[in-house]
Amino acid sequence: MGLFTDLRDSISRAVDRMFSDAEPKRIGIYGPPNAGKTTLANRIARDWTGDAVGPESHIPHETRRARRKENVEIERNGKTVRIDIVDTPGVTTKVDYKEFLDHDMEKEDAVRRSREATEGVAEAMHWLREDVDGVIYVLDSTEDPFTQVNTMLIGIIESQDLPVLIFANKTDLDDSNVQRVANAFPQHETVPLSALEGNNMDEVYGKIAEYFG
Amino acid sequence: MPEVTPGDGGDGRGGTGNGVQIDLISGARMEGLTGMEKIRLILDGVREGNIVVLEEGLSPDEESKLIEVTMTEISPDEFNGIEIETYPQSGSSNQGFIGRLIGKESAKKLTVIGPANQIETLHKDENLISALVSRK
Repeated sequence: MGLFTDLRDSISRAVDRMFSDAEPKRIGIYGPPNAGKTTLANRIARDWTGDAVGPESHIPHETRRARRKENVEIERNGKTVRIDIVDTPGVTTKVDYKEFLDHDMEKEDAVRRSREATEGVAEAMHWLREDVDGVIYVLDSTEDPFTQVNTMLIGIIESQDLPVLIFANKTDLDDSNVQRVANAFPQHETVPLSALEGNNMDEVYGKIAEYFG
Repeated sequence: MPEVTPGDGGDGRGGTGNGVQIDLISGARMEGLTGMEKIRLILDGVREGNIVVLEEGLSPDEESKLIEVTMTEISPDEFNGIEIETYPQSGSSNQGFIGRLIGKESAKKLTVIGPANQIETLHKDENLISALVSRK
């Protein structure tokens, strides 16, 4: 009897898995250093799971390892979207440890940070080619979006046919220029927000559900 | 006429004594190379202090790998990475999936790559890249 019950439960679980929702999609949060990627990842994770993803900082390359927050369930319009958020290190083509010395860092710490940063960027590129199902591209809307790194990364994302949303972050700052971001990448939808202040998050979650659900 | 050879500067770096070596690499030269061979060709030149100009640029996948390999080679006080510039691709999206499918998206865009500490972009638009190159 016990064996029969176990077998029945086992089959039931297997059937449940077969017909359950698909695996959550892995959504990579990409962008240049200091765009606010981790602030956004933390905002999303806190809003829907109560936990943070990682520490935020104004010093570039604070995030030096891709960090994943699994099974973030976002509810929109009566529908639940399940995603894994992957917060990635800011992508760049150069890292000079001397830049960190300006942030009151000893040389040894700056060199270590730069080494970790380079490893993190390489890792982020690898994730982009192999392991994400969609991309949120975060830009600091106070900065010029027409940079080579942005152009290249959007080109790489497009070449992989990944769904992408552009987030024009830091709209709480006076210099914010969302239209400039939208003009830079007219082929993609641009969503303004302040991840720090939590401004316009309703639209952010609506678009995430629409694009990645 | 005196013959100028790479490394005439005698300091182990590319270029002549007072100048900076510029390698203009044709599309035909790159065509027969694998992705990794292209990246090696570029990075070997850049690490010697040369400015590399590609007639036809790299594909997005090759650009991705170039960033990744560059990161693995950065070394404090030796190599800080690269500066890379291409014309912004205003029409890239218009080609879309079909364009990529039939291979039209090949990145036929002039591309300039140099050591991060020697090249600085002064201006860039869809028709012009203006860069300042210094000899460090």
